[in-house]
Amino acid sequence: MTDPAPSTFSSPEAIKRLKRRRAADVRFRYYGMGAIVLALGALVMLALSIGSQAVSAATYHVARYDVTLDRAVIAPPGEDTPEEISRNVDGFWSLVRNNLLETFPEADLDRASRTEASEFITRLAVLPAARKVAAEPQLIGNEMTVSAPLNDDLDLYLKGQAFPERRVRVGSLSSASQQEAGLARLEGQGAFTPILSAITSLEADGADLSEGSVLLTAGSSTGRLSDLQPDAASLELLTGTLDDFRSGNATARIIALPEAQRVVSDQQIAWTLALKEMGRISREPRWSLLTNSDSTYPELAGGLAALVGSLFTMLVTALVAIPIGILAAVYLEEFAPKNRLTDFIEVNINNLAAVPSIVFGLLGAAVYLNFLGMPRSAPLVGGLVLALMTFPVVIIASRAALKAVPPSVRSGALAIGASQMQTVFHHVVPLAAPGIFTGAILGMARALGETAPLLLIGMVAFVGDVPKGPTDESTVMPVLIFTWSNNAERAWEPMTSAMIVILLAVLLLMNGLVVFLRRKYERRW
Amino acid sequence: MLQQLGHLPMGWLLIALIAVFASIAFFAGRVRAERILLSGEQSLHSRPNYHGYFVAMWALVPAVLVALAYAIGAEGISRNQLVSELPPAFDLLSDAEMKTYLDSVAQAALAREDTGTDLVFTAVTHRYLEIRGSLNIGALALMVIGALGGLIFSRRRLGTSFRARSLVERGMETVLFLCAAVAIATTVGIVTSLLYESIQFFRAVPIWDFLFGTRWNAQTEAEFGALPLFFGTFTIALIAMLVAAPIGLFSAIYLSEYAGPKARGWIKPILEILAGIPTVVYGFFALLVVAPAVRGLAIWINETLINIGLTTEPLLAAQPTSALAAGLVMGIMVIPFVSSLSDDVINAVPQTLRDGAYALGATKSETVRNVVVPAALPGIIAALLLAVSRAIGETMIVVMAAGKSARISMDPTSDLTTITVQIVSLMTGETGFDDPKTLSAFALGLVLFAVTLLFNVIALRVVQKYREKYD
Repeated sequence: MTDPAPSTFSSPEAIKRLKRRRAADVRFRYYGMGAIVLALGALVMLALSIGSQAVSAATYHVARYDVTLDRAVIAPPGEDTPEEISRNVDGFWSLVRNNLLETFPEADLDRASRTEASEFITRLAVLPAARKVAAEPQLIGNEMTVSAPLNDDLDLYLKGQAFPERRVRVGSLSSASQQEAGLARLEGQGAFTPILSAITSLEADGADLSEGSVLLTAGSSTGRLSDLQPDAASLELLTGTLDDFRSGNATARIIALPEAQRVVSDQQIAWTLALKEMGRISREPRWSLLTNSDSTYPELAGGLAALVGSLFTMLVTALVAIPIGILAAVYLEEFAPKNRLTDFIEVNINNLAAVPSIVFGLLGAAVYLNFLGMPRSAPLVGGLVLALMTFPVVIIASRAALKAVPPSVRSGALAIGASQMQTVFHHVVPLAAPGIFTGAILGMARALGETAPLLLIGMVAFVGDVPKGPTDESTVMPVLIFTWSNNAERAWEPMTSAMIVILLAVLLLMNGLVVFLRRKYERRW
Repeated sequence: MLQQLGHLPMGWLLIALIAVFASIAFFAGRVRAERILLSGEQSLHSRPNYHGYFVAMWALVPAVLVALAYAIGAEGISRNQLVSELPPAFDLLSDAEMKTYLDSVAQAALAREDTGTDLVFTAVTHRYLEIRGSLNIGALALMVIGALGGLIFSRRRLGTSFRARSLVERGMETVLFLCAAVAIATTVGIVTSLLYESIQFFRAVPIWDFLFGTRWNAQTEAEFGALPLFFGTFTIALIAMLVAAPIGLFSAIYLSEYAGPKARGWIKPILEILAGIPTVVYGFFALLVVAPAVRGLAIWINETLINIGLTTEPLLAAQPTSALAAGLVMGIMVIPFVSSLSDDVINAVPQTLRDGAYALGATKSETVRNVVVPAALPGIIAALLLAVSRAIGETMIVVMAAGKSARISMDPTSDLTTITVQIVSLMTGETGFDDPKTLSAFALGLVLFAVTLLFNVIALRVVQKYREKYD
């Protein structure tokens, strides 16, 4: 055994170089992994940010009001047919509001307070109750519990999404005595120290509490604290009685945001907390997202009209794009002679599949609306526009499926005397059917998520009624998402996310169907 | 009477009639063929069903033609007739006013709200309904005559040596061809509608001013210099490509060269989910998460720069919607377009090339960098070009997150507008087709169509050329 002769590959420089090259190799691999992690991370972030918002919109707060259905209010003489009762939103709403004013006598003292109380419930929120009474007139004159969604701002407040709020327990209070000018004096050994330390820590974090509020709640009573000292403070009672503060544990809520900049006033917070304490507010699943149509009030809005509009639009698209696409694919794959015309058709199809969707919207606006005079905002027109966009996709997928059928099938059929048409439609197309249909479903899924071309043919209009046919004014789910995302109020954000989740669920279902079809019917020749 | 006929649900009626005639004709043809067969002299050339199809074809063609003519022409004909009958006082209305008036007439007629207090309007609506009624009854009669004529004519031709199947198959082939020709019709429709409206627009605004003007104020002051829009479009597409190109390319390389079959089987479909998410969802994501984050970052950079004394004024615009936010999200959207196409072309590089490189002692990454990627380069370039074309034509993300101010600014945190954003905002208002504002949307559409077409054609050419190399 002799040592290997020293070579250029084992010199110290070469070994160093090899090390460097190997390190570069490892780095390169990590770049690849990093790219995938980034891409998947973006997907996860998208899912999480939208999902977490959607979860908060999946439930909402519903308040209950026990009212007596006074005939004079909801069905006055001359206006007592079921239709008139079901439209008497004002009557039902005043019953509900009066119930609220009876619960909180301080709300009835002046006009401003009444307005604040009125904001608890949107007028249109009593519509289901009105319809129920109209359907069962024997209810009139009896007691009834009206459930109505809470105003969206209060709903957000209860979910803790309206503005930051720090909650602290206060120590036990020894006395609560009424002073002059609506102020009460609360005292207790070190009772307010927790509040003061919380304020100090908030201010240390950069919060400006000079115009904020400190609310103190005990039982169903709430007041606003001022003049805070470790052992005593002044309380301006907003609702309830002083007795609650003498007996129970009190919780303070520190809100830094000045009342003037909030959509929810201290008074409204006090009433909401009281209603909640009385058990009259509960958090319920928001089925109205699927059963209501669009509304200008987030707490009442839902996607039913858009769902039905999407359904009609997809129906039109499917009826036009799928047959035309399949037949065109059959022609190009099985019959087309090789000539300039068919080459031109092929080039056209490939280019159409890559034309930006908004150009199809322009085409729809110019041809369908302006030239043919079809109705604006109708699923019929939307469906036709999307059909033009989808059929190249269907053609490409169908051609791939037809191509996969082996020529032996065709030869066999032709050999036993079938005509070419019979060969294609009796043998080739049935064998290619699973592939053709998966392609068609994928094309439809793409059309379902399409927004831009539909904006151009007027499907952005506010649609409060469920469309009854393909020529009625309507909107579709992605456009509804776009419209909602444009709304300023905070409550629309979770609503939009929830709508997105519904849309993605439908798309996932369609893609799941594709996977299922592939697994079940895919053949390898 | 005629007025009542004006309310006929013609759409459903025509479809139903077509279906009825088609089935009647089919059975008429089939029964006749079976009779000939039963009479027992000779066998038929084609099977009875084909005779049925033949007769049905002859009944269907005239019926469908009538229905199509009605669908396309009825509204126009009845309006022209109505206008020609209106008293001279109506001549004072401009074309646009007349159209609005006629629209309201048609709507009132449709909704049966023809008993208003405006007597003239009511009379016009009634007359409109009468014209509609006579058209309706005419169309129905024409359809019946055409379908029956076709039925009777074709049924006569049936016989023992009649080659029904060949004729049906020839007819079927024509139908197939027509379906394929829809692709041509669509392209022609796109090009003519864009060109027609654009030419009208360029009559009002010189094409030079449109392409190279730097002030865009289509909504209000009617300035149509589209350069800021082109700038915005390409800036955002560039940002998108800066995100998508490295991530997409490295993902493709990792998936095709490094990942095992199991990891590949999982990661590839997940990446493709990114391509299946509707763009409006990306737009909302940009608006909800990315735009505020970009803004926060820009503000932080501004403050830091001021604090360390490099500048005295805020450097970045830090607007709530920004080109950067839209570009980043658009980049995420285009990743799968880059990665899956590049993946395909990298996989198509013959294994022998890799083996050759390994034999020379190259490491895996050296093989990828110096052999595989150069070999696949044309395909990768095509993938990038297709992705750019996607990014330029993308609408919802920029509509929701890029902003609306037309300006040329190098600051990615300021809001820029794009061609597609302007098309949407110009076309969503209530406007007629005769003012330059709406027409400018078509001119923009034409530019968009031309640019994306160019990118696609180049990409397809490159791919074709590349394919020939290794096949």
